[in-house]
Amino acid sequence: MEHSIILRMNNIVKDFNGVKALDGVSLEVTRGQVHGICGENGAGKSTLMKVLSGVYPVGSFDGSIEFEDHEVAYKSINDSEHDGIVIIHQELALSPYLSIAENIFLGNENATRGVIDWNKTNREAALLLARVGLDENPATKILELGVGKQQLVEIAKALSKRVKLLILDEPTAALNDEDSAHLLGLIDHLRTQGITCIIISHKLKEIKRIADTVTVIRDGKTIETIDMNGPDATEAHIIRAMVGRDLNNLFPPREPAIGAEVLRVENWTVHHPVDVARKVVDGASFTVNAGEIVGFAGLMGAGRTELAMSLFGHSYGTNISGQVYKDGKEIQMRTVGEAIEHGFAYATEDRKRYGLNLIGDITVNVSAAALAKLAKYGVIDRHREYKVADSYRQKMNIKAPSVGSITGKLSGGNQQKVVLSKWIFSGPDVLILDEPTRGIDVGAKYEIYGIINELAAQGKAVIVISSELPELIGICDRIYAISEGKLTGEVAKADASQETLMHYMTAGKD
Amino acid sequence: MTTTTPASKAPTEPPVRRRIPKLSINLRQYGIVAALAVIVILFQILTDGRLLLPGNVNNLIQQNAYVLILAIGMVIVIIAGHIDLSVGSVVAMVGAVAAISMNNWGLPWWGAVIVSLLVGAAVGAWQGYWVAFVGIPAFIVTLAGMLIFRGLTLVLLTGGTISGLPAEFTAIGAGWLPSYLGELGGRDVLTLALGILTAVALIVFQLRNRATLARLDLPREPAASMWTKNGIAAIAIIWFAWLLSDYSGTPIILIVLAALILIYNFVLNRTVFGRHVYAMGGNLFAAVMSGVKTKWVNFYIFVNMGVLAGLAGVVSTARAGGAVASAGQNYELDAIAAVFIGGAAVQGGVGTVVGAVVGGLVMGVLNMGLSILSVDAAWQMTIKGLVLLLAVAFDIFNKRRAGGR
Ligand SMILES: Nc1ncnc2c1ncn2[C@@H]1O[C@H](COP(=O)(O)OP(=O)(O)OP(=O)(O)O)[C@@H](O)[C@H]1O
Ligand SMILES: [Mg+2]
Repeated sequence: MEHSIILRMNNIVKDFNGVKALDGVSLEVTRGQVHGICGENGAGKSTLMKVLSGVYPVGSFDGSIEFEDHEVAYKSINDSEHDGIVIIHQELALSPYLSIAENIFLGNENATRGVIDWNKTNREAALLLARVGLDENPATKILELGVGKQQLVEIAKALSKRVKLLILDEPTAALNDEDSAHLLGLIDHLRTQGITCIIISHKLKEIKRIADTVTVIRDGKTIETIDMNGPDATEAHIIRAMVGRDLNNLFPPREPAIGAEVLRVENWTVHHPVDVARKVVDGASFTVNAGEIVGFAGLMGAGRTELAMSLFGHSYGTNISGQVYKDGKEIQMRTVGEAIEHGFAYATEDRKRYGLNLIGDITVNVSAAALAKLAKYGVIDRHREYKVADSYRQKMNIKAPSVGSITGKLSGGNQQKVVLSKWIFSGPDVLILDEPTRGIDVGAKYEIYGIINELAAQGKAVIVISSELPELIGICDRIYAISEGKLTGEVAKADASQETLMHYMTAGKD
Repeated sequence: MTTTTPASKAPTEPPVRRRIPKLSINLRQYGIVAALAVIVILFQILTDGRLLLPGNVNNLIQQNAYVLILAIGMVIVIIAGHIDLSVGSVVAMVGAVAAISMNNWGLPWWGAVIVSLLVGAAVGAWQGYWVAFVGIPAFIVTLAGMLIFRGLTLVLLTGGTISGLPAEFTAIGAGWLPSYLGELGGRDVLTLALGILTAVALIVFQLRNRATLARLDLPREPAASMWTKNGIAAIAIIWFAWLLSDYSGTPIILIVLAALILIYNFVLNRTVFGRHVYAMGGNLFAAVMSGVKTKWVNFYIFVNMGVLAGLAGVVSTARAGGAVASAGQNYELDAIAAVFIGGAAVQGGVGTVVGAVVGGLVMGVLNMGLSILSVDAAWQMTIKGLVLLLAVAFDIFNKRRAGGR
């Protein structure tokens, strides 16, 4: 039983209106192992897992699936869950107004004749939370939890379904290092309990640390299956399989040409929109110069995104105070419209909620923040709009048949590139990028760093918010650390190390 | 140990990328036009050819003009993610004001029209204020509006009716363009000329559009499909004119409708305002974060709906020849049904003017066909309800198939 194969997917082909997302992928997963899946954005990883879990029902794809030595034909996600296959999607799917316990047992309630047994529900939920190491009251509402904790609730939910094969699609994309480490530890722990796990990730370090075997997918085909205890278990090897060539540097070279001060923020204070007494950003003062890339490092909830959003047209918070100077002159940005007029752009970390019109195509999304540039007397020049969108599709290497493709159907990483395109096209002087490479594959990351460099070279002031410290250190000229709403440190590139940053990021914490 | 799985044996060329998405969208548009054609043919057979008698074709336009006008406003409201339940009451109230302004204040017909549109705009501004700036859901605001404006209509008319409106006014709803070009074999030449002109304009416009696309090297629909589609449309237009020319010529309201369709189609497809409407319906937060002034866009959407409801009030009062307190009953439901039959999405973000108009015509043909067959009103309502449900179900089914899930 030890080394038996739990899952075999043979020659899976899946196409969407003639566009092949999967083109003969095969996959073998050994029982009790952690199996990593790597591949570029749009390679077909998420689609493969949706095929496996019955999101795409049998008949909508070609090829066969064997689970525990039986050929299976799932018509829905319920069928696969019945067999013990549980998928946690790239985008979390918890109901924000329900409690942890209610979410865990949603669709699977502890009920007799339709009446829920709350004692049992809460008791069992507490046990499951203990298993995933989440110290929260089961009655807490989901919306009060950060992404990291929500992820754990998803896993608790999976455990409640007696999971045999747990599928995690980019579980750590939105997590900071601490939460990621906890999650990986949990996966290790589940492995000792005999639960098989498939994990998709663009963070190759994690894959290297956790996976026993890795399958690499490119353009909808299986490229290689790598034994992670063997000689090929290197990041470089995985990257080569993913992108089809060697990638020697993680960061493109750059000659910073730093000019005059563009942005100066003084004493920026923002209060929580509901809990008005609480300061989310507390007296932050900083500057960004032309041609400079400035990073903001902080733990989850430190107030980085809140700082950025409150600057950008007061999109977050109440009782906002402080001064903003652009090119030495004090400015007011009370609405997003004003912020854009003042030459600001903010590419959000939450693309589904704030970034994209998911039912619109690539064209309308790319032009959304800068229609004025494409319009005369309120009438849009649609040919030019198309050309612009298409040029970004090529430049950013957005994987889609055409710019007429609906953004909701793009892979996660390609959606991210659409968000970036939109704000780059708006032609800002100050560009705030919040987690710009979240969910982006290694090759594309390099391209995006190149684009950031190019923007800086054009004399723009660029702010990068990121949870990945190596990324900040790799691309920024200067990094501010933020902890509990206060700026706690400023580090020049030369002095930046993960340790120093971590020191400032946790300053003031016990 | 590295194993290369057998699946990746032969290096194959990259997958051929076909341009399907564009086409599947068009299919949806064709779907509703095809449905209209099917219903027309069905009733043409059931009524032994009476459906398409010239008089009935004329009535189809004049009787349904109000739904089509309301549907044009409503589709914008619905794309933006709202709803307007008050338009029926607004139609009644504007009708009352129009009648009073002519009969009691002695305004000329055009004065009454201007007053009507202004009243409509004021109503729209009122509702738009509550929706956009106070943030009350449109469902509630317009439900309240439905009661408020119906109540005000009763107050204005003190329960009675006002009839005896000037002939110039009633012509808006029930009149025709004069026969400027005379008649040929009993047919109105102007109507025929307009029909041919429209058909030619359609083809010329499409060809020019195509030429621009070609020049810019943008993806185009295959020539065969374009010619079939526009050929059929051109023939349908000429045939339609042929029928009308045999009756009393071109209904005045048809000209008004044609202008509205052209204008609003342009507004939704080509202007920044229209784009903002779609963006807000698609993802309100993303629209806000892209700098769309969502409050003002919402406000204008309702002002526009109010003006169009005012126009619908003028048209239906003119057609009826007088104002009654019960006018406009259920008009909001007709307009909403037309919009959804025309392919709009309940969640917002999706919908077209042409779709809404075709949806309105589907309802109109149903009404007329069932009346000719003297199906009683109770069954008419039931059948219309079922058609609405089936149309939307068909649309969802289609989308699901196209989406591959
Ligand atoms: N519902 C859909 N309709 C049309 N095309 C789709 C749909 N879902 C996925 N695709 C296409 O299939 C391809 C594979 O997408 P998938 O989401 O599996 O990529 P991925 O490997 O998970 O990428 P990422 O790392 O960016 O998440 C993409 O080109 C995508 O555009
Ligand atoms: Mg994915």
